[in-house]
Amino acid sequence: MATDPPADQAREAPTIQARIQPGPTSGGDLTDELLKSDTWSDAMVGAAGIPIVDVPFVTVGGGMGSFILVDYLRIAGVGTDRMRVLSDIDHPWQTYEYLTRVSQIPRPERIRSDSASRPDNIWGFPSYALSEAIHDKTIKPLRQVFFEPMWADFYTPRAGQVFAGLEREAKRIGYFDMLVKGQVRMVRKRQGGGYFTILTLPDATPARRVAYRSQFVHLAIGYPGLKYLPELQAFRTENQDFYHVVSAYEDHEHVYDRLRVKRGVVLIRGGGIVSSRVLQRLMDDRANHNLDFEIVHLFRTYISGSHGPGPWMRRRGGNGFAYQGFNYPKSVWGGQLKAKMRRLEGEQRANEYKLMGGTNTPWRRSWQRQMNEGRSAGWYRVLSGTVEGMKVREDGMVVNQVKTSQGLLEVAADFVIDCTGLEADISEHRVLADLLEHSGAGRNPVGRLDVERDFELRGTGNAPGVIYASGASTLGGYFPGVDTFLGLQVAAQEITDDLARRGFCPKIGPIRSTSQWLRWVRNRQP
Amino acid sequence: MLPTLPGRIQTRLFLLAIVGGLITLIIVPVLPGSAPLGDKYRNGFLVLASVAVLGVLWELLYHLLMQWRWEKDWPTFFGLATAVPEGLLIWLLLYERAIPGIVGHVSGADFIIQFSLVWLGVWLVANGPMRVPFIRWRFHGGRLA
Repeated sequence: MATDPPADQAREAPTIQARIQPGPTSGGDLTDELLKSDTWSDAMVGAAGIPIVDVPFVTVGGGMGSFILVDYLRIAGVGTDRMRVLSDIDHPWQTYEYLTRVSQIPRPERIRSDSASRPDNIWGFPSYALSEAIHDKTIKPLRQVFFEPMWADFYTPRAGQVFAGLEREAKRIGYFDMLVKGQVRMVRKRQGGGYFTILTLPDATPARRVAYRSQFVHLAIGYPGLKYLPELQAFRTENQDFYHVVSAYEDHEHVYDRLRVKRGVVLIRGGGIVSSRVLQRLMDDRANHNLDFEIVHLFRTYISGSHGPGPWMRRRGGNGFAYQGFNYPKSVWGGQLKAKMRRLEGEQRANEYKLMGGTNTPWRRSWQRQMNEGRSAGWYRVLSGTVEGMKVREDGMVVNQVKTSQGLLEVAADFVIDCTGLEADISEHRVLADLLEHSGAGRNPVGRLDVERDFELRGTGNAPGVIYASGASTLGGYFPGVDTFLGLQVAAQEITDDLARRGFCPKIGPIRSTSQWLRWVRNRQP
Repeated sequence: MLPTLPGRIQTRLFLLAIVGGLITLIIVPVLPGSAPLGDKYRNGFLVLASVAVLGVLWELLYHLLMQWRWEKDWPTFFGLATAVPEGLLIWLLLYERAIPGIVGHVSGADFIIQFSLVWLGVWLVANGPMRVPFIRWRFHGGRLA
């Protein structure tokens, strides 16, 4: 794991500390006037006693989205003293690693990402496959890339390789010198241009706020929150049962532990990548420990074969799943579909999202073999339908009333694993809700934050200041793959180029790009 | 690769000119043919130009074929394997003396060595090193302009 310097150390960066302006009064908290006003003056913040820190650029979030953008900006030539990362996590891959680990991708397993999607290397060269081939002295990863996807599954990197690379790059660019730990409360426009970002410092009672006064703000807060299927949420609340009904996005190791010692039935909900991962874990455990439990897999939308509007647009599918190598067809990250989506507006764009997105999972040879074994032996069954109700039986099993095309079925299971990964509305996130209410931010055709083609948050401009947003909260914009490594890099490139146009940094041209790549190779700071 | 049609054409012309030109410049003097060096260079660059010009038409076909792919991608293998039909066509044109300006006769060995090395060089550069100086290239469907 990371050996980060303490966050306090970052807060005491001399260039910033020297410009903190303490307020004249001692309150130091948000006043009613501040809470109600869409635009704040310096005097209002000062009168509230909130100290002001001047820095030209802040990024809010501190996860993968923030990291990838500051990586780009550092490579473009922006010093660590001109940027701050406001975050409540210690290192950029912390949330990502938690989610991958609990959804059954520990460090030795492979994530669902392309060989050239390297969040620790803006050039994507050497690719993960080439690095792995050199590191492990084997040609196998390169052979896989050469034959993918026709005669080999798509190559994907191991989670551990990704995290190790991120740690190296974070140290190289001085990421931890820019990190300021705390909880961001809101971003408001400033009279005269730019913004105030209010940060609540950790462990201070009563709450201590600091206002970051900046020309540019970047929001990369990730998924607004996890939402459970309504019937699962109702069951958990009514029965206070967090043991038998779990989300794949939370720690649920007890399910696998229990199945090792006692046979039973597991019900999996959902047909995406996480359901495949959970299924793989169950099938691996079953094979490796000679276990005898049953798996029932429930799909709301059952895909029986290839599907799509015509021969030009047909996706493979079968046995319930829609098959696709990555979250979207590959060309959304740079090719034909990226160019097409950039031109679409409103409902047309929303329809295209439905067509190419939706729930899908990769077709992998090992998974197919395991599922075929399970189907023929009868321990893996698939159902199509929706759950009408859930109750606990006397023997402790959870009975699911499943409405299918053949009628109502009762499926009794020892455990229900929700792999649907429903996401909460953006207004569930306090910072985003505040932006929607006070700063003119709006929603795109699929209901998330509405950003321009250069990821400026539409409606929030405060010349010469700009707010940018990238990542999952902007899904539905002109660029579809926002919630992916490569998507965050596409966004970072667009934002960096826009910041260059506004004079914040030089534009990265071929010479700078090459010289910076050579520095990356030698692990020298930008 | 994830090309658009303009990106395909631009990348082909650029890489054939830079990488293909450099390889041709280096390899021609050591080709086994006995023709004077000036004639060998002339023929070598005419072959290279033919690959570029005919390649624009090939790219139209590849773009059409790609439309049947859900991902709208062009797998790494395709980029190398298309050397076979393209090479055969150029060789056929050389055999039929249909490439204007060729002096004398281009031997099979000369053609295979030059064509293979140029193709391999362009393919290798397109699959990685190209991204180093041109960081926007891969996100713009292979367009350079």
